[in-house]
Parts: sequence; C-alpha cells; structure tokens
Amino acid sequence: MVEKTQFVLSEAAKSKIDSWLAKYPPEQKRSAVIPALHIAQDENQGWLSDEAMEAVADYLGLPKMAVFEVATFYSMYNLKPIGKHQISVCTNVSCMLKGSDKIAEHFKNKLGISFNETTSDGNATLKEVECLAACAGAPACMIDKTYYENLTPEKIDELLRGLSST
Amino acid sequence: MTNATIEIEIDGKKLDVEPGSMVIEAADEAGIPIPRFCYHKKLSVAANCRMCLVEVEKVGKPLPACATPVTAGMKVFTQSEKARIAQRSVMEFLLINHPLDCPICDQGGECELQDLSMGYGQDITRFSEGKRSVANEDMGPLVATEMTRCIQCTRCVRFGEEISGVRELGTLGRGEHLWIGTYIKQSLTSEISANIIDLCPVGALTSKPFQFTARAWELTQHPSIAPHDCLGSNLFIHSRKQEVMRVVPRENEKINETWLSDRDRFSYLGIHSHKRLTKPLVKISGEWQEVEWDIALRTVVAKISGVLDLYEPSQLAALISPNSTIEEMYLLQKILRKLGSNNIDHRLHQSDFSDQDDQVLMPTLTGMTLEEMEEQETILIFGSHLNHEQPLAAVRVRKAIQQGAQVFSINAMDYDFAFDLAGKIIENPTSLPTTLASLIQEVANITAQSLPEFFTASFSGKNPSETIKRLAKRLVDTKRNSLLLGELAQNHPNASTIRTLSQLLSTLIPLKLAFLTFGANSAGAWMAGVLPHRQAAGQTISTPGLTIHDALEKKLKAYILFGIEPGKDLAFSSQALAAFSEAETLIAFTSFSDRVLMERAHVILPISVFAETSGTFINVAGTWQTFRGAVTPRGEIRPGWKVLRALANFFGFDEDFRYTSSEMIRDELQQLTPASPSSSHPQTLSLHANFSPAAGMVSRIIAWPLYQTDSLVRHAEALQATPLHESPRLHLNQKTADKFALSAGEMAQVNRKEIILPVHIDASIPDDCVYIPAGFEETAGLSVPFGEILLEKASA
Repeated sequence: MVEKTQFVLSEAAKSKIDSWLAKYPPEQKRSAVIPALHIAQDENQGWLSDEAMEAVADYLGLPKMAVFEVATFYSMYNLKPIGKHQISVCTNVSCMLKGSDKIAEHFKNKLGISFNETTSDGNATLKEVECLAACAGAPACMIDKTYYENLTPEKIDELLRGLSST
Repeated sequence: MTNATIEIEIDGKKLDVEPGSMVIEAADEAGIPIPRFCYHKKLSVAANCRMCLVEVEKVGKPLPACATPVTAGMKVFTQSEKARIAQRSVMEFLLINHPLDCPICDQGGECELQDLSMGYGQDITRFSEGKRSVANEDMGPLVATEMTRCIQCTRCVRFGEEISGVRELGTLGRGEHLWIGTYIKQSLTSEISANIIDLCPVGALTSKPFQFTARAWELTQHPSIAPHDCLGSNLFIHSRKQEVMRVVPRENEKINETWLSDRDRFSYLGIHSHKRLTKPLVKISGEWQEVEWDIALRTVVAKISGVLDLYEPSQLAALISPNSTIEEMYLLQKILRKLGSNNIDHRLHQSDFSDQDDQVLMPTLTGMTLEEMEEQETILIFGSHLNHEQPLAAVRVRKAIQQGAQVFSINAMDYDFAFDLAGKIIENPTSLPTTLASLIQEVANITAQSLPEFFTASFSGKNPSETIKRLAKRLVDTKRNSLLLGELAQNHPNASTIRTLSQLLSTLIPLKLAFLTFGANSAGAWMAGVLPHRQAAGQTISTPGLTIHDALEKKLKAYILFGIEPGKDLAFSSQALAAFSEAETLIAFTSFSDRVLMERAHVILPISVFAETSGTFINVAGTWQTFRGAVTPRGEIRPGWKVLRALANFFGFDEDFRYTSSEMIRDELQQLTPASPSSSHPQTLSLHANFSPAAGMVSRIIAWPLYQTDSLVRHAEALQATPLHESPRLHLNQKTADKFALSAGEMAQVNRKEIILPVHIDASIPDDCVYIPAGFEETAGLSVPFGEILLEKASA
C-alpha cells in the first residue's frame, strides 16, 4: 500500500505544462500527458503518487484512467517512492550480449538489493530498464539523468562511491 | 446510405456491400462466420486479437477482417489454407497465457474462447514455460473478476470510453505485463457497467450474483421486457426449473441495442428476497392469519362492500404502481369503476395535475424514436438525471454528442452526466419555469415571432442568462432539436406550467418533446385508464375522480394499493401514512412484506413480480411489448391479473370478466378506439405553487435514487451494495449548511422533526436548497415533496 501524500502542482510546474500544451491543438490536451507526468514526477521526489497523477488528470481535463494507463506503460515513471538516486540498468539485447547480467549482478551485490528495491538508507533505487539507446557503449546504465557506458565492475564501484558521498 | 454498393467475393459468394464497411461486417451480413474476440459491432475497431485473419487475393499477408475495408472486386477467403493456418496460430498464441481452467470457470459452456478453440485450437500445447498470472481486483458487487483469464481484447475498456462514458477500466502496463484494471482498485460506478460481462469473450469478467450457481446448458431462455424504466429494454430471462437464475440483454436496435442497464439486469435478485410474501394474509383481531385465496378474496369483497354500504363509492380509492402491466391496470380500473369510483391513479410521484384534461393520450416521445434521439443536433435535458432515470437513453444522447450534437441541461441539481454538456443552468427548482420562459422569450426574439397573451401576461422581464442566449441561438440554428422532460420536470409542483411552456416552445421552433416518464409502464397506465379523469383508451369522464394527492389528503374510508410500498413509493408519503392509519379498509396487493403495510393493511394479497407473470408494457416510444411469464411463482403467489380477475368474480362481475389469458385483456384494451384528446395546450398559465423560501426555510428537491425506484429494485441486494446506492442523507451545499450552522455528519431535523437525517455537504445542490431522496423509510415522514421546509440542527 502506497502512503497517501499531498500533492499540488506548483505554478512553475503549471507554466511548464502550459508551454507543452501550446504545442498542440487546444482540444488535444492529452498530447501533453507524457511531459506533464515527468514534470509532476520531478516535483514529487521522483515518483508519481495517485495524487500527482490525479493533479495531472485534472489539469489536462483527462479521465484519471487515461493518465494512469500512460504512467503504467512507461518504465520512466515510478509509481512507488524511490531513493535519492535512481540507477537504471539496461538489460536489452546489446547490453545483454556485452555482459549486462554481470553488471546487474554487481549492482545488486554492492547495494544489497534486487531490482525495484531501494537501499535501506534510502540513497539508491535499482531498476531494470529496456534499451537506453546507448548500444554503442554497451553495457550501459543511467543514474538519475546521466548516462554511463562501457561499464565494468570497477567503474561501478567508483560510481557508487560517488553516489554515497553526495 | 443509398450510395452505390460495391461487389466483393467472400469464399466464392458474391456480395454487394456498402463502401467503407469492413470485411467482417460484410461477412456477418452474409452469415459467413469469421472467428473474432476483440471485434464487436457496437465498439470501435481495435484489431488487437488477430483472430479474424483472412486471406485476401493478391495480398501477401493474411489481413484482419475487422480492420480491412472492402474494395471493389476484392476476393476474400476465410477458410483457405493460409487463413486457417493464421487463425490456428493466433489461437495458439492466445492460449499460451490462458489458464485453461474451464471446469471451474463460470464462462464454461458459453465462452467464445472455449468455442473457438474447439475449431481452431490444438490438442496439445507446445508451450512449456510458465503462464502469466494477473492479480485480481474487486470491482464491486456486480462483476466478478478472474483477470488471469483475460485475453486483452479490450472490449471492456472500449465500452467505458465509447458507450458508458465512464472510463472505469484501462489497459495498464505493457507487453507481457499488460493487464486490464481499474483506477486504483475502484468499484464500478457506471449505471450500465455490467454490460462488460456480456462483452468479455472469456471468463475474466462474469456476473457476481450468478457466480457458481448454474451452467449455461442447464438454463432455459425466455424473452421478456425490463420492468423498470420507460424504455422497456428487451431481455432474456434464464431460468432453471422454476427459478430465475439471471437476466441478459436481448438485442433490439430500436430500444436497447445490445445493452442492458444494471438495474434491469440485476433486479431479478429481488424475486428471491426473503421478504417475499407467499400466502394471502387477513388481519383478524389485530393478528395476521394465513388464509386460502378464496377466503382472502371474500374478505376483500366483504370489507369493500361494508364501506360502500355505509358511504358513497367516492370513499374508495385505488393506487397502482406504474410498473404494473397494462392488464393489471386495466382490470383494476375496471373493477373500481364498476364499484362506482373514479379515484384511481398511478402518478405516484407527481404533485401538479391541473392540466390533466389537456394532456395527450399518453406521454411519449411525441413521434420521435429512440434511434432518432442519437440523430438530434441540440438536446435540452430539463429536470432529469438522465443517466440514472433512463440509463440507455443516456447512451443515445452520448452518441448524439459524438456526432456533433450539443446538449444543454436545466436542472435543480448539478448531475454528473457521463457526457459533456455544452451548457448548464443549475438553480432552485422554483425558478425552473421562469427559466424556461426566458428561453421562450429569447427564441421568440431571435425568430421575431410574437408570443400569446397568456404567456406575456404571466412572464415578463426575466433577462435571459448567457447560457439561455446561447441555447436559444443554437435551437434556432439547428433543425433536429429535442427537449427531454425528466422526472423532476414531471413531478415539479408547477409541472403543468412546464408542460405548457414546452408545448409553446415547440410551436416556435422544430422541437420534439420527450416525456421520459417514471416506471416501466406510465404510457400504458394512461392507455389503460388508471387515471381519475380518463377511462381506458383515453375516454373522458364527466365526473372525474380524485387525483392521488386529493385521495390521500381527503382521508377516504377505503384504499386499494397495487404494487406499492406506501412509505417509499409515494411523493405524499406522510399524507398517505396518515390516511391509511385512519382508513377503515386498506387492501394491499403486494409482492413484499413492507412494514407500513403489515402495520396498517387489513388484507394482503401476494402477487407476482417481473418474470412471474405475463403482461404488456407500453414504452415511451408508444410500443406495446407483450411478454410471457418465465417461472411459476412460489407458494400461493399468483399473477396480478389473475387475482384481479378472480376478485371481480367474487364481486359478482362475471359477465365482463371472462378472461382466460392476459392476452384477452390486452386485446380488449387494444380494440378500444383511442380517444384523441385535443392536445391544444391550455391557454392560461398559472404558477400556483410559486414560492421563494422565507428566512429559515429551504427548498426541498425530491428524487428517487436509481436503486430505490420500486420494490423489486429495493430488494435486489447486489444493487443495494453498489457505490451508486447511498443511504438517505440531507444533501446541501456548504453555503447553505453554513447558513444553518450545520456541518457534515451532524444530524439535522427537517420540518419540526418530521424526519432527522445526517448532513451531507454536496456541491451539486444550488443555494438554499436541500436534496432529500425518497424511496427510504427514513424520509417517508416528510410531508413536502417539493417546496419550503424548515431546517434545524438536531438537538442532542
């Protein structure tokens, strides 16, 4: 059960959504649902609570279900609270061929968690994602919004040290 | 659609088809079977199940028949090697994740997947990996779920989006993990939600009340007619031996299409209620005694004759539910008139009868068909919660909007319609007639027509609001307009004025008036003559009897009630309770044990309900629909018409009551020449109940909630457990609550303790108004249906 949280779209968030809405015909507000959900997620510690999705639905005049469908479709949206940092490990074909299994395993061992879990100190959440479109640098991962490519266990150790110190 | 057709060929059969139609439609038309799951003729094309793959000449790949438009000269093969291989492969994929738990699945025996797998499935699975499972959801008391069985055809999702207008279900997640779910575990709230049971081609969505009670092949199917709203939806009753097991829709394009409202589908549960009375009862020195029918009927005759010996026949009145059949209605009024009384009425919820002599033969859609409702360009909903009153008429209105119609609403409550309104006016019910008048004024101004003097004398000066101006302009600009008058309009204390104004508006512009009446058979009641001022077939009476209001107000000596629970079915319930406790004789034809009846009646005659009797309803389009009984009622319960015929015989009226079937009664009524009352609307207008709430008073709005409309529905427990059922509360907005220092959850006393109810803050109510639902024992004591009432905080 997800905890209940208060959520109100800030004026800044609304104006960001408005700039997306301006790109589409006025009767096609649903076109802005993807960026609007990202904006709401950024305002809500990186995840979409029911209230955050409802705020987006209200603002765009969409049925809640229409927003919920999009939010569950994309792995970029988190429907549960996440840690301070989000580590997204690609396990799609190219990365898999370049050893993403070992990379994922190393992350799990180092952090002591499995996919879709958060470390007990709340610092990091580990996610398995589909292709990051970084095949040339496989195996790859994304930490928060930054890409890291050609991963090795050593490189991961270094990355994780960097995370824990921030 | 008289465009030239084009010729195509399916399986060697030459067909002329509409250009733009899909291959599957052409095949269905010609009776050529093509397997399918996601395609449904009433829903948009999704083409996601791929089961309908067919071979088309000169096309390399098999094509989905549901999403392939016909082209001239096209040759389609539904059974070719290529088509069969494609169909069998799709079936193999569909079965990969399907649990194959048919022996414990309710859909077994009537499952589209099971049926098609017989033709297209393999005996042995080549898939040895684990099957996907999906967490189940509780969708409320009507629909049972087993989502692991879902094949993701998305019919249920499209139904919410396209037909009901309530997006309750969605396709969540994606790919392998795609599932159908509700928004954060909500129960279904649409009044037509259970249609997804029929739409679901597998056993993912099944009927919860029917769950695990019978197999499809044990059931006998009986065509019948829904007994609740004025549409008269066509349905099938499925029975096993003498028990109704479930109800499903029967397709009729003219009325309910392929749908059925939840009320019509699940009210059968009331048939099995433990509150059913199964033996005639006579009260002997204050105690109820079970008696044989002849003794009960003899007692009725003795009691009524006793009253008639002492008093005028006008001391006898009869009230009948508008859900009764025309046969029951016709016989009851015939008996009453034989006894010398014209005090008979079915207008249980109404309070203004002043124009009754000017009303047409029966309230209908005045020439419009239900199908035409979806072709309207402008619709004004006046005093109606359409989605709750006639759920499937709301589906038609929604379709009209999808085709470009604009729908406006003038109401006393801001109802949550399942479609978007182009404009709405929500105001104190008192103002509704003047608002309608301002619309007439505006339309007359735009079209430069002069208005009759009776209008200008009564209404002048009210400036039209912006919405009225917009609506008036639209009504003048469009040709196909209709005005839907719902229950609030008809039950309004100035209903006659509203009717007259509506008539007047329809003389200024093209406008169809639709009287969406309460109950299944209000039109039939007018035809059968259960009115104080008209006999069967609309024949006038020189000395009319008392209207329901006067009959109750005057406290007569004897009353006959047919299918009525006095505390719940009457607008003037408190007057009725007072009248019945003083009456010398109260005879109740009833199906259920009701507290008031048990307390105050002298004889109780147990009668059939829906499915237990034959009969006829006349729907709002004026269509006579006759149905037969599906089951024999239990115990000593008898069909109402048989009881009435026997009663007539006991009264000694043998000559005119030699009916051996309900059809004979119907035919007798049908052979009468209907009078054509001069529907020239009255040339006067009076606002005889013109009130504006005084200080310390509020204006009451009354309505019968969706699942409180009649005794059968009230005894259907599953319906009572849905989120649409609300316990009786005092609804008012924050501003009004503040004025009376009331807060949510507090108890408020209404009209000097006539009733006490918890306060519910409801933003849909206009200022200085309260909505108090009827249909509940808790609200029966209130003596004012519409009008001023006093509101106070309940003293602790």
